[in-house]
Amino acid sequence: MADTITLAVARYRPEEESEPTFQDFDVPFRKDWAILDALNYVKDRVDGSLSFRWSCRMGVCGSCGMMVNGEPTLTCAAFLSSYVPGPIKVEPLRFFPIIRDLVVDITQFMAKLKTVKPWLVRGEEKPLTEGEYLQTPEELDSYKHHSMCINCLLCYAACPVVGLEPGFIGPAAIALAQRYNLDSRDQGSAERLSALSGDEGMWQCTFVGECTEVCPKDVDPAGAIQQYKLTGATHWLKSVLLPWGAK
Amino acid sequence: MSHEERVHYTLYHPKWYRRPVSVWWWLERWPYTRFVLRELTSIAVGFFALLTLWQLRALHGGEAAYQRFLTQVESPAFIALSVFFLGGILFHALTWFHLAPKAVVVRLAGRRVPDGLIVLSNYVGWIAVSAMVVWILMSE
Repeated sequence: MADTITLAVARYRPEEESEPTFQDFDVPFRKDWAILDALNYVKDRVDGSLSFRWSCRMGVCGSCGMMVNGEPTLTCAAFLSSYVPGPIKVEPLRFFPIIRDLVVDITQFMAKLKTVKPWLVRGEEKPLTEGEYLQTPEELDSYKHHSMCINCLLCYAACPVVGLEPGFIGPAAIALAQRYNLDSRDQGSAERLSALSGDEGMWQCTFVGECTEVCPKDVDPAGAIQQYKLTGATHWLKSVLLPWGAK
Repeated sequence: MSHEERVHYTLYHPKWYRRPVSVWWWLERWPYTRFVLRELTSIAVGFFALLTLWQLRALHGGEAAYQRFLTQVESPAFIALSVFFLGGILFHALTWFHLAPKAVVVRLAGRRVPDGLIVLSNYVGWIAVSAMVVWILMSE
C-alpha cells in the first residue's frame, strides 16, 4: 500500500485570487487518520496558511463539515483509508459563501435558526415551587432524535433548494423547530407554524431527502419537514372547514 | 466599563466567493436526478388521469364513440406511449411508497411503527386494489 495519499484541497485567498483553485498536498497515509488529521498535518508541516474550521475531532462540535469528493462530510469522521487510492478532493461546504479556503460564512444560517425560536416557549411559566416540568420517556422519545443536531450544516450543503433559494430556512432549522414543537413542555408551536408557513419556510422543501442521507447524527430533517407539512396542512384544512375551531 | 470604552472592532468585510449553481445541478448526483425524475413522472400520472377521463367521455358518447376510442388507443404509437408512461407512473408510485415513512409517523402501543412496515402497507394496499380491479374485470 502506498505510504502517501494526495489531497486536492480547494484554496481561496481573496487577496490573491478571484475564485477558488485546487492545490495538491501529498500527506502520509495512515490507517488511523481521518481527513481532518491530514488537513492538520498540512497546516502544521506543509502550509500554515491553509484555513479550515475544526474543534472536537469526535463528531460533536459540527465545525469540520466539508465537501469530500463532492459529498457533504464531517472530515473528522471520514478516514483516509475509505478513499484509497485518492486523490481526495476537499472543498468548502456547498451553497455557502466562501470566506477563505475551506471556511464558509454561516451568518445567514444563524439568523435563520433564530426565526424558528429554538427554545422552550411557555405561555406562562409555572412558579418554581411547583417543581420541574416532568416528561415521560415516551414524550422524550418523540423528539429526541431531532434534538441530536450539531449544526454541522451538512444538510444545507446537500439540499439543492438551499442553493436555488438562498432564503429557504433550511433542513436543520426546521428540524429544530419540530424538535421543540414535539416537546411536551413547549407551547410555542403556533408561533413557529406562522414563521414556517411563510414563503421561506417548509413549503419551499421539495423533499429531495438528501438532508437526512448526509446527517451524521440521524436527526432526519427530511422526516421532520414532511411531518411538519402534514401539521401545517391539517391546521389549514381545519381553519377552512371549522373556522371557529382553529386559531 | 461603558460600551464606548470597550475596544472598537473594525467590522470584517469578507470578500466572499459565491459558487454559482449550475442549471444542470440535478445531473450532479444520482439522488438529485432521481428526485427530478420523481417530479417529472407526475406527468405520467396526469396522462393516465386524462386517459380515464377520455375513456369516460367516449363511454358517455355511445357505442360508436367507444369503438372509435378503442381503435385510437390500440394504435401502436399509443401503446408505445402508454408503456412509456406506465414505466413513469411505476417509478413515481414506487419512489413515493418508499418515502411515505418519512411523512407518516404511526405510533402503536407507545412505539413507532417501523418504516419497513409502512412501506409494506403501501404495497399491500396497491396489491389489494389491483386484485379488486382484476376481480371486477374477470367477473364480467
